[in-house]
Amino acid sequence: MPGYLLVFFCGVLFAAGLGLSGMTLPQKVIGFLDFAGEWDPSLALVMVGSAGVYFVFYRRIIRRAHPLFDVSFHVPTRTDIDQRLIVGAALFGIGWGLVGFCPGPALTALVSGYDKALIFFVAMVTGMYAYRTVDAIAGLRTDEGTAVDG
Amino acid sequence: MEGFTPVLSTIGGIMIGLAAVGLLYFNGRIAGISGIMGGVLRPQKGDTLWRAVFLLGLLAGALTVMWLHPESFDLRVDVSDPTVILGGFLVGIGTRIGNGCTSGHGVCGVGRLAPRSIVASAVFFGCAVLTTFLVRHVWEGF
Repeated sequence: MPGYLLVFFCGVLFAAGLGLSGMTLPQKVIGFLDFAGEWDPSLALVMVGSAGVYFVFYRRIIRRAHPLFDVSFHVPTRTDIDQRLIVGAALFGIGWGLVGFCPGPALTALVSGYDKALIFFVAMVTGMYAYRTVDAIAGLRTDEGTAVDG
Repeated sequence: MEGFTPVLSTIGGIMIGLAAVGLLYFNGRIAGISGIMGGVLRPQKGDTLWRAVFLLGLLAGALTVMWLHPESFDLRVDVSDPTVILGGFLVGIGTRIGNGCTSGHGVCGVGRLAPRSIVASAVFFGCAVLTTFLVRHVWEGF
């Protein structure tokens, strides 16, 4: 039970970080991605801050025998760069650049009640369901059952 | 929130990093939003509740932010609805095919120096910058 409470708290803290940093705003994300416009570098600092903190703590935590509320860590172990990874990341990047929402901000945006946020979210969930079908048709599936990266 | 916000963006980034660190320390999980959502959409026994709890935490945090700092949810999307639908679909399918998004690959994966995540982050970031350029400066009508 305390484990789930802490998971909930991590979610709250994550969303608070998204909100404070400006990641919740698609117009600010586009302002960061648009190098040829009035470039706003703020979100580079979000990435440096978040990945930096993770880098500092990750190595200390992973040396422990197990996490506080589980018997083992669930951390990806693959290191090969395959076609799926590249194609998936490219499709994601195109969608991100079109609208300015990645999955976390797309979820938190629902609380705003903004119609385009709701439309985006429904389309995103549809894409998350559809992936197996498209994946199979394109013959990209190679890693059924293995751990995900993130 | 308009313009350069170095202090708020750095503090926000550190909070995101600490939240991801917490999820690893307490539960041994990677804080990748697309992966966590994907698991909820296709539930597997014993591996769904923590995901749902985390996503509820995100929504609760978002509501709190909207209450204390409403500027964070003054959202503007200036592309048409069909573009929003296309973008949403690509983000959904792309993050599942590529096993991660800005959080799973970008924050956690880069933070643990995972080669797959570093490559994925470079690809999605490059494609996002290129797409933004084409849509904002070359083609019109999106």
